[in-house]
Amino acid sequence: MTRFPTPKLAMAVFIASETVFFAFLIAAYVYFYGAVVHGPSASNSLDPPRTLIFTLCLLGSSATLWIGERRLAAGQRRAFRRWLIATIVLGAVFIAGQAMEYIGLLSSRVNPARNLFGATFFTLTGFHGLHVVCGLIALSALLILTFFRGFGTREGVGIGAISMYWHFVDAVWIVIFSLVYLTVWL
Amino acid sequence: MSDIPMSPGLVQAGVAAQARSTWLEWVSTVDHKRIGTLYLCATLFFFCVGGIEALLIRIQLAWPNNSFLNPDAYDQIFTMHGTTMIFLVVVPVLLGLANYFTPLMIGARDMALPRLNAFSFWVFLLGGLLLYLSFADGHAPSAGWFSYTPLSEKGYSSRNGMDYWALALLGIGVGTIATAINLIVTIVNLRTDGLTFRRLPLFVWMVFVNSFLIIAALPALNASLVMLLVDRMLNAHFFLPLGGGSPILWQHYFWSFGHPEVYIMVLPAFGIISEVIPVFSRKPIFGYGFVAASTVAIALLSIGVWAHHMFAVGLGHAWEYAFGASSLLIAVPTGVKIFSWIATMWGGAIRLNTSMLFAIAFLFSFTIGGLSGVTFATVPIDWQTTDTYYVVAHMHYVLFGGTLFGVMAGLYYWFPKMTGRLLDERWGKVHFWLMFIGFHMTFFVQHLLGLDGMPRRVYTYPDVPGWAVMNLISTIGAFVLGISVLVLLGNVVLSLRHGETAGDNPWNAWTLEWATSSPPPEHNFDAVPPVHSTRPLWDLAHRAESRA
Repeated sequence: MTRFPTPKLAMAVFIASETVFFAFLIAAYVYFYGAVVHGPSASNSLDPPRTLIFTLCLLGSSATLWIGERRLAAGQRRAFRRWLIATIVLGAVFIAGQAMEYIGLLSSRVNPARNLFGATFFTLTGFHGLHVVCGLIALSALLILTFFRGFGTREGVGIGAISMYWHFVDAVWIVIFSLVYLTVWL
Repeated sequence: MSDIPMSPGLVQAGVAAQARSTWLEWVSTVDHKRIGTLYLCATLFFFCVGGIEALLIRIQLAWPNNSFLNPDAYDQIFTMHGTTMIFLVVVPVLLGLANYFTPLMIGARDMALPRLNAFSFWVFLLGGLLLYLSFADGHAPSAGWFSYTPLSEKGYSSRNGMDYWALALLGIGVGTIATAINLIVTIVNLRTDGLTFRRLPLFVWMVFVNSFLIIAALPALNASLVMLLVDRMLNAHFFLPLGGGSPILWQHYFWSFGHPEVYIMVLPAFGIISEVIPVFSRKPIFGYGFVAASTVAIALLSIGVWAHHMFAVGLGHAWEYAFGASSLLIAVPTGVKIFSWIATMWGGAIRLNTSMLFAIAFLFSFTIGGLSGVTFATVPIDWQTTDTYYVVAHMHYVLFGGTLFGVMAGLYYWFPKMTGRLLDERWGKVHFWLMFIGFHMTFFVQHLLGLDGMPRRVYTYPDVPGWAVMNLISTIGAFVLGISVLVLLGNVVLSLRHGETAGDNPWNAWTLEWATSSPPPEHNFDAVPPVHSTRPLWDLAHRAESRA
């Protein structure tokens, strides 16, 4: 007897463990925030307006996935595929933005070894980026599956689990963006 | 009481399937019983390795100013002993038993996510092998099992051993979290009809609570390991005071994993004891609800006590009192359990077989370990005894006298279900007495050594009056323990070949795992008996009796 959809329940528990993991990395960022006196810091190294644009891409990708799921529930498989592609593109744009940001920072010698801002910033945003990449892999696998016959009949709850993960990664970024980038303007 | 009728064809199918099994089937299996068996075999192997390391330590400490191991080798051996026993033996042996018996006890076909289950095992094994690969690379980790910074940082541990340690634990951590997810989903979703949470076997209850504790604690370890690796590999300064980092942060992070971990290592053993004692006392557990609820209380409290490992750091009195008080509180729900178990035995028709002997030994030894634990929550006593052999004695009373005695009780209890044959009782008694005497001989004197000021983790000691003789007693005890493990291994091998055939339910137990054949067929049950109480097989047997 199944009480809850198994993939979604498993994903919910997994997300709980991921929340603890990110909580510890975020706490480390906050703990060392005041310790950075010399060298690069959030206020003299980061570019919040630019990151805001990429943040909107990631937020938008959550919306497109949500719309896509509703289309699939309505039986429109092709529409689902289009919204899924939009989600992947927006997620990829976010990662590209993060890659460009990293290249810029590293070329001006802002790195984990330089000081605690570098260490905490790259560890926190790096692990978030890694989670986005994992989400993109899962979404891409889903995209490939949409080309097979019979798609959408059995995978319903699996898609639900992937979408929970994607929204979670998005939510973590809202916390990181607020804490790391928006505080520059305080 | 009568045996539960089972179709004879089922028994033969199970035997035939076993005969056909090849190594490839074991490697590719997603069956929870095989994965559970793989866990048990792997942990038995690592238990022997960790035991040999313990014997090396005890040989070195057998008499003062010994030079059997040099200081560097000694540091590697005690680090590997601790890491092995905690991460490769105690936690996974409990996960292995949980894997094997949770689906059987809730009347399920398998775990909810069988492939994830296989992944968990293999990533655990890979982590274990990675840890031991450090020897091949020339230097094992040597900063102790909690790897305090800055000692574990590149500048102080420049060889690769620490990197192997961190990567291995990261892999094991991921596997453990995956198993916890699997167990939670299995217990929520796959319970048979009628098996409500108020009727759940207590072992399953403990495994359930334990899984949440894993979800709360293991990610903290993973985050700490990641930061340590960033320090070591990318030259960051998270935990290095020289670059503004904080070694104390490592202690906070590690122990906010490490203390819940202590309960992760003991809760399923509580579960085993809660199954074994009622069955061999022929009475239902006393205070079922209290035993289950006190587990939840222990789990919640255990998240808020981590800094009692750090009283010597100088956190300030307010913090020390707060953490001392929260640590003392844990004694209350634990005491509730001890009294429940004793009250279950009270007036029961006790069968003193090996399984029950180990369960009673658990009560005795764990209570001693619990009492010395309470003394640590008292800050001034902690200041006197921290980093002495008193700590070593305490944690071995909890982990060996507690968890491992519990596991032994479970092994003698469930071995017939897993293999179809009973473990030999005469050899079992020899095993029990050797292990019980060896254990107390090894570790009781360490309380006295610690109170007398002998520091832990130092490769030798001066010839202080009394120390030499107590250390020698401890070393002899360790060898008695070693012999007891050999007796166990011999008993397992002999019983597998010549052991008495067990039948479905050799103990007249009442939980669902005994309703199927021994060993169970791949699909576990042909038909799951109806569940109307915590003791479905008792109900079934007595209904059949009243009909007759």
